[in-house]
Amino acid sequence: MSEPVRFVCSGQVVTVGRDVPHTMTVLDYLRRQLRRTGTKEGCAEGDCGACTVVIGELSDGGGLRYRAVNACILFVHQLDGKALFTVEDLAEGEKLHPVQQAMVDAHGSQCGFCTPGFVMSLFAYFHQHAAPDDDSLKDALAGNLCRCTGYRPILEAGRRMFELAQDDRFSRAEAALAAQLAGLKRSRMLRHSTAAGEFIAPGSIAELAEVLAGRPQGETWILAGGTDVGLWVTKQRRSPRSIVYLGRVAELQRIADHGDRIEIGAGVTYKDAFAAIQALHPEFARMLRRLGSEQIRNSGTLGGNVANGSPIGDSMPAMIALGATVQLRSRSGSRSLALEDFYLGYRKTALQAGEFVESVTVMKPKTDSRFAVYKLSKRFDQDISAVLGAFHVILDGGQVAGARIGFGGMAAVPARARKTEAALLGRRLAEAEIAPAVAALAEDFQPLSDMRASSTYRLLAAQNLLRKFCAEVNEGRRIGVEAAQ
Amino acid sequence: MTSFASRPIKHDSAPKHVAGAARYIDDLPEPEGLLHAALHLSERTHARIRKIDLSKALCLPGVRAAITVADVPGDPDIAPVVRPEPVLAKDVVEFHGQPVAAIAADDLATARRAARLVEVEYEDLPAVLDIAEAVEKDILLLPPIKLQRGDAGAAIARAPHKLSGELRLGGQDHFYLEGQVSLAEPREDGDMMLRCSTQHPTEVQKLVARVLGKPQHSVTVECRRMGGGFGGKETQAAQFACIAAVLAQRTRRPVKLRLDRDEDMIATGKRHDFLARYNVGFDDDGRILGNDLLLAGRGGWAADLTGAVVDRAAFHADSSYYFPAVSITGLSCKTNTVSNTAFRGFGGPQGMAATEYVIDEIARYLGRDPLDIRLINLYGKTERNITPYHQPIKDNILPELFEQLLASSDYRQRRNEIAAFNAQSRHLKKGLALTPVKFGISFTTSFLNQAGALVLIYEDGSVQLNHGGTEMGQGVYIKVAQVVAEVFGIGLERIRITATRTDKVPNTSATAASSGADLNGKAAEEAALILRRRLADIAAPLLDTSADQVVFADGEVRGGGRALPFAEVVHQAYLARVPLSANGFYATPDIHFDRANGRGEPFYYFAYGVAATEALLDCFTGEYRFTRADLLHDCGQSLNPAIDLGQIEGGYLQGLGWLTMEELWWDDKGRLRTHAPSTYKIPTARDLPADFRVQMLAGHPNPANTVYRSKAVGEPPLMLAISGWLALKDAACAAAGGRRVRLDAPATPERVLLAIEAAKRQAARPANAVAAK
Repeated sequence: MSEPVRFVCSGQVVTVGRDVPHTMTVLDYLRRQLRRTGTKEGCAEGDCGACTVVIGELSDGGGLRYRAVNACILFVHQLDGKALFTVEDLAEGEKLHPVQQAMVDAHGSQCGFCTPGFVMSLFAYFHQHAAPDDDSLKDALAGNLCRCTGYRPILEAGRRMFELAQDDRFSRAEAALAAQLAGLKRSRMLRHSTAAGEFIAPGSIAELAEVLAGRPQGETWILAGGTDVGLWVTKQRRSPRSIVYLGRVAELQRIADHGDRIEIGAGVTYKDAFAAIQALHPEFARMLRRLGSEQIRNSGTLGGNVANGSPIGDSMPAMIALGATVQLRSRSGSRSLALEDFYLGYRKTALQAGEFVESVTVMKPKTDSRFAVYKLSKRFDQDISAVLGAFHVILDGGQVAGARIGFGGMAAVPARARKTEAALLGRRLAEAEIAPAVAALAEDFQPLSDMRASSTYRLLAAQNLLRKFCAEVNEGRRIGVEAAQ
Repeated sequence: MTSFASRPIKHDSAPKHVAGAARYIDDLPEPEGLLHAALHLSERTHARIRKIDLSKALCLPGVRAAITVADVPGDPDIAPVVRPEPVLAKDVVEFHGQPVAAIAADDLATARRAARLVEVEYEDLPAVLDIAEAVEKDILLLPPIKLQRGDAGAAIARAPHKLSGELRLGGQDHFYLEGQVSLAEPREDGDMMLRCSTQHPTEVQKLVARVLGKPQHSVTVECRRMGGGFGGKETQAAQFACIAAVLAQRTRRPVKLRLDRDEDMIATGKRHDFLARYNVGFDDDGRILGNDLLLAGRGGWAADLTGAVVDRAAFHADSSYYFPAVSITGLSCKTNTVSNTAFRGFGGPQGMAATEYVIDEIARYLGRDPLDIRLINLYGKTERNITPYHQPIKDNILPELFEQLLASSDYRQRRNEIAAFNAQSRHLKKGLALTPVKFGISFTTSFLNQAGALVLIYEDGSVQLNHGGTEMGQGVYIKVAQVVAEVFGIGLERIRITATRTDKVPNTSATAASSGADLNGKAAEEAALILRRRLADIAAPLLDTSADQVVFADGEVRGGGRALPFAEVVHQAYLARVPLSANGFYATPDIHFDRANGRGEPFYYFAYGVAATEALLDCFTGEYRFTRADLLHDCGQSLNPAIDLGQIEGGYLQGLGWLTMEELWWDDKGRLRTHAPSTYKIPTARDLPADFRVQMLAGHPNPANTVYRSKAVGEPPLMLAISGWLALKDAACAAAGGRRVRLDAPATPERVLLAIEAAKRQAARPANAVAAK
């Protein structure tokens, strides 16, 4: 029994046909089914931003939230109950939207192929900010690649659009859209099935556990943000029997403060987790700003990053260093593991059949602790790390009384540098005293060479990160090209 | 009078771009019965093909055709210059990812699934993967080029100081946002209509006709716009157009072939990576006395345009400097990797970068500021102005450019400030470099320097403009339209810019070598001038004046103190039975080159520029930022300053990407592992230098008789980015305690850090160990 997926587009409620397969991306749906070809495919992996569209959702406050996302790795069924804005929606006849007009005035397009994506990222920015600032503008555009302009005129357009207008017809019509979306609210579990497979969106954690318990593990994908799962479809051309979507499970969208720690539900996006993490661990948050792009952070989740178990996932080494735990759940109950114990081998986790990640819990900082995260990649923004190092020490009279060090990119799993930690105990963080710990890193890790970095660089850079951490602690300041600017 | 020429007019498609209304090939309404195509790519690096089995692919429901090279009805070789270059692998595969078979199916998913069901039996052959190995074994695609003046060997031997060494410069993927795509539609009489994202419609037409075994008049190619080209769609669009056409002819149905990003990056050629070896002799002041340079470019498995690319590298290995005695050798190396191709600069950047690096090394050796070594070696205006290919440089404005940028960038003062900063900063170091650009304008294959245009005036006074230039974002359409508007004195809204089509203007050259506006602008100007003369003849008696007194301006035709609307004169011309369409043609004068003897004047003129870039380096990790860049570029009398500024800024950042973060990484089996934006990183908005100051040189119209005295601008600014790479080298030297470092490109954080480490290790090694080695 299929239930129609419905979303709002150009003011109309669109009902997704019953024959639309569960792996259909929003991009393909727009281009092929709706013949709206303004949204472009540049990479089909969420890395170029040419397919950027904006999703409008009811916020907790009742207003509308605008999020730029990559349509190429978003499944059309994820749009259920939401509003979708594409580049075709912005102009009113011949009259361009302020974002578009600013792009034209600033000479922000050359070949024009990336332009719709930039326009939509700027459209979201226009709705999220009262005024532009350089840094947040670059954050907002880091997921959009342009090969022609050198970006200067696009950044200029991002500033100029605020001079042209303070609001637009969308902000003026928010109440009507909110009412329209309220009408799409679903009371029951979403289940859409075709001959190819099914898309299920449970509404509660109990439903989720039930759904997963009844399905074979290999043929069932758990979908959180889709920033990796989407690529299994677009790149590996795989198609599972079932996709089980976490986006409607209310309990998984919460961030809970438990006094000495915070618990982040598995459905919370990076973007939504950011503020909570920023308040506790600004160093962690600084790194999260570089994890993926605005579009990825608007879709992807910390829980997905953890459950996916990539050796180069960025959040896990930081959380391992902070002593995070992961809460696993299934129909038969729940259990908690230290995050580092969750990873058993390359892309292999402790998750058992029917089990899913419910949340991750991160401890709040202790007053005598020092913590830093360093992400090394060829490009500053939106790049997968060659090495990611997270250092967390507790000092007692200048000596290391406790140390947790997490690394990504150095082994088959996100891992602790236990020998290095041991070698630091009782030491001061002075250059001469940390030499044994620096040497111990070579015992903890024998990294691989691949397209992101050679083993030589990975090890040397990891050792230098330890040196850098100590220098920063000693000098009481951040050291680096970002901090210097 | 310049009412339209030289104005910062917006790109003609800008309002459509921002509204998502500009249509690219994949956006066009799909014709009835359209089939979608997909490719099966080689899974071996070098192997004999024993057998290709298409049966499983053909059995998949929805599959309408599956072809190999044996199914090509005409000549399957699509080499643009030198054969062989089969459209699908013939007998052997020569790189991992070479197209072997193609499928047409009812939908794209089925086509792609079927492509994976093609089974190929291979017999592996030994593969050559590295340029050095090809040089060693003399495995070349084409004969070397040699440019020689004087006796370099003797001059080096006599020189007070000598340096020799080698460096590597990486390749670069074009990363045009729109991948390769073609739509082929069979028409009446066995004709074929192609819509193709290509910089070279005529060559696509020629090669499609060749593979179909038809005359060229049976094939029409249209390109309205590309989503980026950068050289990647100069020759390499043709292969996919040909495959689509063969499938269309076979199935008698329209066929669209659109590569996905991974296939595009794996199966299409890139900027040539180079190995450079230098041997240079100089005096105490750093004046170069003799220079012997080897430039070995990776052509990949087939020649494509490699010969011309390596030639251009050799032509630009003088950078901006005079060498009293010089020998430059360029090699076109064959390797079992994808066939490299044109890419903005076309070898020029590699030749220039190698020599700028050598200059930097001389400065480090002598303990001098590299700027001073540059200044002392700079070409003179009337003496010391002969290039290694014996062309005298007659339009040198480098001294003015240096002077202006030195002042505006505060170079000398900042050099001192940076030295002071580096002396007190242990973990962070700064670097600064100022480098020039001198780029020769013209196709070095002289006959390519021709263009045609067709201008039509309709009875209502509206104008349709056709020419051979293709639009890839660089603004050639608007620039040429400005020229025509200028000639007729009418508004741009009266001129319809059309798609480039081979049935409007035949036998065109590629839109390449920065020549688009130069060549097509001149051709369109000529066509418009022919028509204007005819209109003046009509208007003169109406205005009671002579034809030579008639002026076209502001939508009017004026003379004898009176004025007529342009449309009225057109209407009168029509009634008088005067032809209102005209062809214009242009061939660049005065250029020639004798390749066998390395002598001639291949360039009509030079475009110049100079840039200073500052870098900040983290010595722990090799991470860096570019904190400031000052660019000064020569566009002659710019045809459109807004468009040209876009070319300067965009070219600079693209060049910076090439030299810093964009790394193509092949594994030991010859598989490209960086074939999508997740692994291949082009610059983002944050990678633009935080303080970015760009100026166009004023008051220097092109002394050559170009269209409105403008200069070509597509490629030259890319090379301004060499200053960024050498700023990093400067910072790395500071981090290595002032020692010389070898910093190959791309200078990723890894390469920077390991370069510093290597320099430190070398210094730490005992003297006898160095001697023993």
